[in-house]
Amino acid sequence: MKETPESKVVDPGIDETSRRLTPEKIQRVVKHVLNKETASRLQVYLDTCVRCGLCAEACHTYLSRDKDPNFSPVGKVKATLWELVKRDGKVDGEFVRNMARIAFTECSVCRRCSMYCPFGIDIAYLLLTVRRICSLLGVVPLYLQDTTNSHAATQNQMWVQQDEWIDTLQWQEEESQFEIPSCRIPLEKEGADVMYSVIAPEPKILAQLLGNMAQIFAVAGENWTMPATDGWDNSNMAMYSGDFEIMGRVERLHWETAARLRVKKIVMGECGHAFRGAVYDGPRWLGWQFPPIPMVHAIEYYYDLLSSGRIKVREKYKEHVTIQDPCNTVRGRGLGDKLRYVVNALCENFTDVTPKQEHNYCCAAGGGVINCGPPWKRSRMVSNRVKAEQLAATGADIVITPCHNCHSGIEDIIGHYDLGMHVKFISEIMVEVMEVPEHLKG
Amino acid sequence: MYEFSRGPLVWIAFAILFVGSVYRIVSAIVLARKDKVVLPYMKWKFSLRSLFHWSLPFGSHNMRIRPAFTVLSFLFHGCLLLTPLLTLGHVALVRESWGISWWSLPDGLSTMMTILVIIVGVFFVLRRIADPTVRFVTSYLDFVLVILVLAPFVTGLMAYYQVGNYETVMIVHMWAGAIWLAMIPFTRIAHMLFFPLTRAYMGCEFGHVRSARDW
Repeated sequence: MKETPESKVVDPGIDETSRRLTPEKIQRVVKHVLNKETASRLQVYLDTCVRCGLCAEACHTYLSRDKDPNFSPVGKVKATLWELVKRDGKVDGEFVRNMARIAFTECSVCRRCSMYCPFGIDIAYLLLTVRRICSLLGVVPLYLQDTTNSHAATQNQMWVQQDEWIDTLQWQEEESQFEIPSCRIPLEKEGADVMYSVIAPEPKILAQLLGNMAQIFAVAGENWTMPATDGWDNSNMAMYSGDFEIMGRVERLHWETAARLRVKKIVMGECGHAFRGAVYDGPRWLGWQFPPIPMVHAIEYYYDLLSSGRIKVREKYKEHVTIQDPCNTVRGRGLGDKLRYVVNALCENFTDVTPKQEHNYCCAAGGGVINCGPPWKRSRMVSNRVKAEQLAATGADIVITPCHNCHSGIEDIIGHYDLGMHVKFISEIMVEVMEVPEHLKG
Repeated sequence: MYEFSRGPLVWIAFAILFVGSVYRIVSAIVLARKDKVVLPYMKWKFSLRSLFHWSLPFGSHNMRIRPAFTVLSFLFHGCLLLTPLLTLGHVALVRESWGISWWSLPDGLSTMMTILVIIVGVFFVLRRIADPTVRFVTSYLDFVLVILVLAPFVTGLMAYYQVGNYETVMIVHMWAGAIWLAMIPFTRIAHMLFFPLTRAYMGCEFGHVRSARDW
């Protein structure tokens, strides 16, 4: 067998678990998902696909791997769902392991291919259905499953305990007061206009982003709050591991926390998948057509602040910047224009990418792919050569990534392909260039 | 045999096509209620917006990045649908039976359109074999399907040029056409029925739910 970046990966989450499966159990789970959990969409999609291969050009994995047919969107569906349907679920553990590898590590459910299929077949949905089957069989990459376990036990993605959470916020409040003495991170303020929610990596490893946000809110004069209880984390890896029961619990708590604080809206930090989970996948699982309270993504919130003049720019950022369009907020919310407005308002020297907006390539880290952890990193890097080429062509020094997965994913790509660039969140640039009113300077 | 093929066979074929299509479409929509997340999001505006962009040549990004394929595909599908409806011979048959008729194509043009369908159909087959990405997802059924679709056109052309025994060719032509019509709802040619549905749903998922473009 030809050696590939993934052929020698050892991942107990799918290796050992798939060995323990019996054919009966596999068939039972497959039939349950195909007959009980899916309906018209799956059937019509399977019957409509004419095998034209026009989706292939959409996929960064396919393009980056020299157009290997195994990595085209339809090729991935063929190797998974078509076989399951054809064999009526009579497959072995080895098949399930392969299926998990394809669905979890070679597809980031970015939905770019849905825009290239003439029929608009939601191929990401098909691959998510495969993930659902894998999850019910207990065959999930170990690192990804760990985040789901964390969601189940702590209601956040990174095993952050409540005291650590509050302590981190207080620490960042103090940090932000070095810049703006009146800065606060108001906890549990009932009736505030805005509840600010973040993903767990912020308190865990990127706490300065919380301090940045405290400064931005202070300058904007926002009436805001954060919960001191669980429900502060808006991330949702269970959505991607296929554990929809946990996904629903996480989202319900997030919304109920906002309802308890009686806020007018939730503003969320710079993260894409969290937006998807909170606004689309979560509410749907819970039986809500749309979220009960408006949820505003950071890009949109910054746009509102800058376009209304609540935040003014003192001096534009000088470095040469480009951007990464996060799939879940650009293809998933149409925020591409607002993102460009924000970047142009903050930065002097901006070069756009090609392709851009809805047609931009995924970072290959989202959709839970980066969460599959170090064993799969090399495969992930090989799977996104097109991103490296696209970024290099801009000649920029900084890539602005308003999404945590994009941020980490692009950082990895920059390192792997030696692009000599740096990644930044919008908030990092904003605190640097915004005008702080005299009365706040203390 | 000729009389049966000319009369009842066509009726049977159209009956199967009609009943089968209604069944497939209605059952897809009824079953969509079990999906729960399909019907509540459907909006005419975004459904039609998506259909518009994807029914128009070069209306979508993917069509623009492969212009030759787009032209061929639109020619194929356009000629495939229009030629049988507007061929003089077919219109004349309907006039003879029911006394109603409509505009028909000049013979030269319909012959050209038929040849075009056959040429592009053969191109599709060759593409299936030559392009590794498409070959990877192709099964023998995909070739059967193309043969099924092309058979009425090839035999129609043969009949027009009176190749072989005319009556035999006509009977084969009528059977080929009847089988093609009857198979539409039950093979992947059903993509013709489902195109408006899947397109509309995706149009709404992108446009109505996510405020984004899907073309």
